[in-house]
Amino acid sequence: MSGAQMTAKGQGNSMGRNLALFAAVAALFLLTGAMQSWNLALAILNMSLISAIMALGVNMQWGYAGLFSTGTMGFTALGGLAVVLVSAQPVPGAWAAGGPGIVLGLVLGAASIGAAILTYRRLPKGRSRNLGAAAVLILGLIVFRMVFDPAVMAGEANDPATAGNLGGLGLPVLLAWPAGGLLAAAAAWAIGKTALGLRSDYLAIATLGIAEIIIAVLKNEDWLARGVKNVIQLPRPLVVPYEVELQQSASFLDWAARWGFDPATASSIIVKLIYGALFLIVLLAVIWLSETALKSPWGRMMRAIRDNEVAAEAMGKDVTRRHLQIFIIGSAVIGMAGAMMTTLDSQLTPGTYNPLRFTFLIWVMVIVGGSGNNWGSVLGGFLIWWLWVMVEPMGLWLMQIITAPMGEGWLKSHLIDSAAHMRLMTMGLVLLLVLRFAPKGLMPER
Amino acid sequence: MDILNALVAFLNFVFVPGLAYGAQLALGALGATLIYGILRFSNFAHGDTMAFGTMVVILFTWWFQSMGISFGPLPTALLALPFGIAVTAGLLLATARGIYRYYRRVKAPPVILVIVSLGVMFIMNGVTRFIIGVQDINFADGGRFIITAGDFKAATGLQEGLAIKATQGVTVGVAIIAVAALFWFLQKTRTGKSMRAFADNEDLALLSGINPDRVVAVTWIIAAALATTAGTLYGLDKSFKAFTYFQLLLPIFAAAIVGGLGNPLGAIAGGFVIAFSEVTVTYAWKKVVGYLVPADMAPEGLLQLMSTDYKFAVSFAILIIVLLFMPTGLFKGKSV
Repeated sequence: MSGAQMTAKGQGNSMGRNLALFAAVAALFLLTGAMQSWNLALAILNMSLISAIMALGVNMQWGYAGLFSTGTMGFTALGGLAVVLVSAQPVPGAWAAGGPGIVLGLVLGAASIGAAILTYRRLPKGRSRNLGAAAVLILGLIVFRMVFDPAVMAGEANDPATAGNLGGLGLPVLLAWPAGGLLAAAAAWAIGKTALGLRSDYLAIATLGIAEIIIAVLKNEDWLARGVKNVIQLPRPLVVPYEVELQQSASFLDWAARWGFDPATASSIIVKLIYGALFLIVLLAVIWLSETALKSPWGRMMRAIRDNEVAAEAMGKDVTRRHLQIFIIGSAVIGMAGAMMTTLDSQLTPGTYNPLRFTFLIWVMVIVGGSGNNWGSVLGGFLIWWLWVMVEPMGLWLMQIITAPMGEGWLKSHLIDSAAHMRLMTMGLVLLLVLRFAPKGLMPER
Repeated sequence: MDILNALVAFLNFVFVPGLAYGAQLALGALGATLIYGILRFSNFAHGDTMAFGTMVVILFTWWFQSMGISFGPLPTALLALPFGIAVTAGLLLATARGIYRYYRRVKAPPVILVIVSLGVMFIMNGVTRFIIGVQDINFADGGRFIITAGDFKAATGLQEGLAIKATQGVTVGVAIIAVAALFWFLQKTRTGKSMRAFADNEDLALLSGINPDRVVAVTWIIAAALATTAGTLYGLDKSFKAFTYFQLLLPIFAAAIVGGLGNPLGAIAGGFVIAFSEVTVTYAWKKVVGYLVPADMAPEGLLQLMSTDYKFAVSFAILIIVLLFMPTGLFKGKSV
């Protein structure tokens, strides 16, 4: 048998295996739909689609380029912020009270950081350079606070119970998806400029910090997105109807009656299906683009850099620059997925962002699916998100079986109450098992 | 102009809290830096190791309290500490044998070990939540204060009071004992010397007949002791909440990196640098400045550089500055 035939056969095998894996995951969703409810199955599916896009973003950073970034939560939250800034209605009162001051303050703040960097670059090396840059920064901070603080006070004082923020632009929410990507990309550029080129562990710690800072800003800067008071009732995309409207429309009621559906259930299933279709379009577009990129000379260069940085550098590749590029692209994808998630929830709740769920769980998806393989990340996104949701009821059920022979008492109630925490343990176990026994993931990179 | 009162206010609100927090961070960073130096990876499960150890200490504390055992003016948790360390050391040795040993044997790259530690982090976090829950737990008992603000005012006749909490005194005392014991161990004992040799050059250490399994096991035991102690002191001083301990990962790693990863002395210095910067930047200086300037020049604002909600930003900023300008840290750690 010639070599070409052998690889063809090998690819055929892996193709069959991959299809079987996807079929198995699909069966999980169908089973959930049939045994519990289609509403639940679709809700899990929609979040799985978003998770798969996030996993694709992480896979670009880790799978293509070997960058260990733990800032996923921050980029997701920035995407959510973009939804508020683009699609929420503007609050004229707050703009009148503090808008110009806030904008001027932000511009002054950015300008002073720029001036400090310029000072540092222009002055000759030595003490005068360090002191000069520090002085510019401190002066900038004082001016920034003098302009910014009173404006924020004024803006936040405007109707704090329902607003207190500047609001958004009132544009269609679909525009927020690319905007979320851009916002995340801008943040990634700033982070990458400082932290890339350092060792892998340092990048991990630095991005972990950035993510926490982004969440802290969202929680505390009420003028931006109302902080922990949350922004609710964000608009839906125009193509997605509201359940209540559907239930009032005569043609819909007619249609439901003809097929024998319950109107309430049918309306919520239809809304979920439309969301799912939107997310699927984005997912397929991202996957097509990244597969094309991975097969192009650019993708080969990326993998060459990942596999041997020194050799790639010797070949004249600018490793740090390429790393920055892929870090920005991956973060933009995550930011876009974050915007989609906030759109699906119709609300931005900064208090719910938690690194275990929004950073490390996505990592589990990528590792379990198969680092470097786009389809693997998608599979991981579906499988792990399904598991994350379903482990809780399964854990409860397991606990009830285990504790059934026990007498009533604090131990029994404690065990049953704590069953919810089984999902973290399960995720850890899945990650460790995959790393140990299938280190390349369920769908290894070809 | 009232320098004495300004000094007392400074000590009360900045120096004493910063000292206690710094000691807690230093102990945490020491554990992280030892694992980095000897096992050569950043252990993301360190925060959750602290949480697990503290949880065991709390459980023993409750048990002792229910039996009526107390430690006089000192917190009962100190009596429970050795038991907490023992259980945590057992758990870490189990992870070392059951999980990490395979990756050491196949010589996996450090970043894979980091990801493995993510898995361990998930499991430890889950176990802690499973056993003790997610709520805030206060387990400090014994004396409340070494000096109360009222007593201090009465004794000195100053306007400002200086309060030192018992937990702050205990923190500093225990930290000094722990650090002294650690350095004695690393410098004077055979095992400690072999650990340092292993950290400096693994191949050379192996050639000289050092038993790597023994070095690794001892490292995990020491890391368990440091993490449990740091976690217990932090919990006594503030309170115990599983999620807060996970978040301590950032200042702890910032401290270890600022000091120079792999360098124990650096970890201590880094802990205090991070702690004092955090407290200084987030403290409202209005009171101190008010004593120092004439009454008509007293500041109107709070003179707070940053709100306390942004304390992560402080550790982060210091981390970035150090990484940009001296990548090996203040003390020479492992290079980039």
